[in-house]
Amino acid sequence: MQATAVPAPKRSGPVAWLMQDTLTGMARRRALMGYLFVLPTILGIVIFTAGPVLASFGLSFFRWNVFRPPAFLGLENYVRMFNDGRVAVGFWNSARFVVMAISLQIIIALLLALALRQKMATWMRYYFRTAFLLPFLLSGAATGIVLAYMLHTEFGVVNYYLRMIGLPTVAWLNSSGTVLYTIVLVSLWQSVGFTMVIMMGGLSNISPEVLDAAEVDGARGWTWLWNIVLPMLSPTILFAAVIGVIGGLQIFDQPYVMTRGGPGDASRTVVMTLYETAFKNQEIGYASAIAVLLFIIIMIVTATQFILSKKWVFYN
Amino acid sequence: MATTTVSSAGSTSLSDKGTLGRYIRYNSGRWLLILGLFAFSVLMVAPLVWTISTSLRTPAQSFSLPPKWLPTDWAFENYSQVFEQIPFFREILNSFIVTISTVVGQLITASMAGYAFARLSFPGKNALFWLVMATLMIPLQATIIPVFILISRFGLSDTLASLILPALPTAFGTFLLRQYFMQIPKEFEEVALVDGANQFIIFLRVYLPLVAPGLAVLAVLAFNGTWNEFYRPLVFLITDTNFTIPLGLNDLKGYMMTGSISVVLAGVVLSLIPVVIVYLFGQRYLMEGIMMGGLKG
Repeated sequence: MQATAVPAPKRSGPVAWLMQDTLTGMARRRALMGYLFVLPTILGIVIFTAGPVLASFGLSFFRWNVFRPPAFLGLENYVRMFNDGRVAVGFWNSARFVVMAISLQIIIALLLALALRQKMATWMRYYFRTAFLLPFLLSGAATGIVLAYMLHTEFGVVNYYLRMIGLPTVAWLNSSGTVLYTIVLVSLWQSVGFTMVIMMGGLSNISPEVLDAAEVDGARGWTWLWNIVLPMLSPTILFAAVIGVIGGLQIFDQPYVMTRGGPGDASRTVVMTLYETAFKNQEIGYASAIAVLLFIIIMIVTATQFILSKKWVFYN
Repeated sequence: MATTTVSSAGSTSLSDKGTLGRYIRYNSGRWLLILGLFAFSVLMVAPLVWTISTSLRTPAQSFSLPPKWLPTDWAFENYSQVFEQIPFFREILNSFIVTISTVVGQLITASMAGYAFARLSFPGKNALFWLVMATLMIPLQATIIPVFILISRFGLSDTLASLILPALPTAFGTFLLRQYFMQIPKEFEEVALVDGANQFIIFLRVYLPLVAPGLAVLAVLAFNGTWNEFYRPLVFLITDTNFTIPLGLNDLKGYMMTGSISVVLAGVVLSLIPVVIVYLFGQRYLMEGIMMGGLKG
């Protein structure tokens, strides 16, 4: 009781408050440092991410072409969007692309990752891993350029070999019925190694004893894959599916470089429609409505994946 | 359980043709698998081999069929042609400026924020951390239009800064480095505190070196992502002397529509060199980053 009566050394001002040579003073200094350290990130995120998301919502209720002042439209942009066949085609193409590309990618990547678990020389494993991951190092633009040349209907290498072994050639990029499948193949070539690495990461978290013991116990082939590997790997598969869908719904680079959306609108993705509406036609408000719808769809699909995952993902 | 025993006993008796037979049976499956992997790897690598060998072909030969898989002409003039058709030297420089600034900037902002969220306590920390996490899933498309408007208001249209500045804050990097900082035992800090070091020195001298692997992961991911970026440069940049390499290649492809594809492919090969070098030295970090969901998404 006596001790509290002893007066603390009296200093004043914010500097003294902060520099107090006590545990409280130290906690204050740590707190101040905390704020200073998160400031660049928080400020940046508010200015370049959080703020703009809200702004996109706001802009979607206006007509604005940059040159004239914005005019409030209410829901008119949305009404127009739901009656706009071109926007619908963009969403439809992106959706079909995602379903095909992501399911193929996950299946093939999983098989590759499992195959690479087998006993083989170290250099072999290294070679395979590098070979499968190499296309991922290319930019989407470079990938589009290279594969567009190789898939050229008349002069392309691929059709040359098809002709050589007596198969009919394919109009890879200039048939509206084929072009989206071609884009799926292109993205598969570029990203299957990426997904394979994700699967390898998931497999490395499962103890090899569990995987191999089940195999020794007589679970082989499909039984082993279906009853042991898939449940154990399900969190990784969910993860690959979620980031695959978010990325896939925004595909732009490869189809833009290869076809500019053609022939017709056959390979026009929703981001291509958004890009042209916003930055070519300068319809900022209308393009914002497209962006908002895409954002909402991505959120809904992601949420659905997580909700459905409760039925099939196995966390131990 | 009973069925398992029966079936495995059955299979042993069926294949019971001595150890040699078993050896062949066991290994033939393995060799078949390796053969399959090898065939697939040929499909995966073929476009890159074709790109390199065609980039060295004379214009007259560049569309020649059947394709030759080995470079035969050694037409290195295709490579100098790239620099004559487009301002490629300037574009390489631009790509390096944007990429290195983004990598260094992200390392600074993310290591500071990651450290603060992992190791410091201050009122509102959890709320701020959730703000960062909430933006992790926001797609680029949901922000690109307002960011484009901001960039023009700042007077940064058609500058490299328009690519660098919005890329500096990184929710993923902050999350990633926070994980690394959290794994470091508190004892390190206590020892330094006893030695009389202040908080900032502790961050710089004690913690930062200990999270070097995390910094490497973020650096490699940011390098690859920024070097290959196409969409934001396409939206923000107008003049070809301000372009980064992927935009330049797209340009080159347009100019060369009727000309030689060898020149375009020479540009592609040149664009690959830095990422291949980074891959050779940092593949461990690239894979670790991919497993943590660093690219795409």
